[in-house]
Amino acid sequence: MPVSESNSRLLYQTLKAGGIRVVSAVPESWLVPVIRMIGEDPEIKLVQVAKEEECVGICAGAHFAGLRSAMVVPNHGFLAAVNPIVSLAHLYKVPLLMFIAHRGTFGDTYPWHTPGGTVTEPVLRALRVPYTVLDSPESLERRVRDAQKLADSSLLPVALLLKHELMMEA
Amino acid sequence: MQRIECLRAVYPQLEKRVVVTIMGAVAVELQSLGHRPNFFYLQHAMGLASSIGLGLAVSLPRQKIVVLDGDGSLLMNLGTLSTMARSGAGNIVHVVFDNQSYLSAGGSPTATSSGANLEGVARASGIARTASARTVEEFQSAFATALESGKLSVLVAHVDTSGPSDWLTDLGLLENRFEFARYCQSLDKR
Repeated sequence: MPVSESNSRLLYQTLKAGGIRVVSAVPESWLVPVIRMIGEDPEIKLVQVAKEEECVGICAGAHFAGLRSAMVVPNHGFLAAVNPIVSLAHLYKVPLLMFIAHRGTFGDTYPWHTPGGTVTEPVLRALRVPYTVLDSPESLERRVRDAQKLADSSLLPVALLLKHELMMEA
Repeated sequence: MQRIECLRAVYPQLEKRVVVTIMGAVAVELQSLGHRPNFFYLQHAMGLASSIGLGLAVSLPRQKIVVLDGDGSLLMNLGTLSTMARSGAGNIVHVVFDNQSYLSAGGSPTATSSGANLEGVARASGIARTASARTVEEFQSAFATALESGKLSVLVAHVDTSGPSDWLTDLGLLENRFEFARYCQSLDKR
């Protein structure tokens, strides 16, 4: 089952249209095409990190400098970044835009993703991080735009869960 | 060598730089020399001062970013060294005050007390310029060279395990954050 090039492209185009100029990312098989497209765009600075905690710092720095940014990570990476989401983004009011590949839910064939898939939404709720899902190309642009609006107005971290239906070909 | 002597020696050169420090002694001692709107003190999120510095560096390529880090913090985020090197950013001077201790978190020894060599880790991570300093004169000279070099630099300053008696200052965290962001946003982004 291949990753959807067309929906990856739509995601990249939506990030770009949303004015995002700095992306920090950790690759994961669902995210390889979108990270490649971002990396090929000279107007977006892609910072590939070793561990997802770094993404929160990089996005905070970009925000302080006045640039729009996003982090693009798998859900296990989001779990790895919980401390800085609390101790940097919440503490210092950083409108962190998180795109999280929601591995380990319906449709996923790899059992090692399941524990992380199961706890991703409960952890987001426990952190009081507003989130929505991106599960179809039709609603993607509107949901990303609305997420950016909430992040910018509230200065809160927000999350968009990239779902199997969006990221993988049927 | 005392950390505050190092800070005092380079304080004039920080006047026009975007500066990110860690919590604890570094934050308190830099503030004691005189707070400026271009200084941001990361009071938590241990390890991420250099990641914030990198986000600033890629967003403000014409500015020099100075990160004032510590051994305990850097050990918590060693991947930042290879990330900075890989990013291609040449406008960061990353100072690491190595006192071999988690001084502001109870004073337990860090791994540099048992031989971990952070300059060596930085060099092996692909950082273009690395240096170590054991005297204030060495530090001042290495810092000036790093600032002028236009290359990604890590400078490890071996300092005494001592610091201020308290970690709180009267500068509000959000006051510091918004003032700093306003300063950064007034700078040329091109």
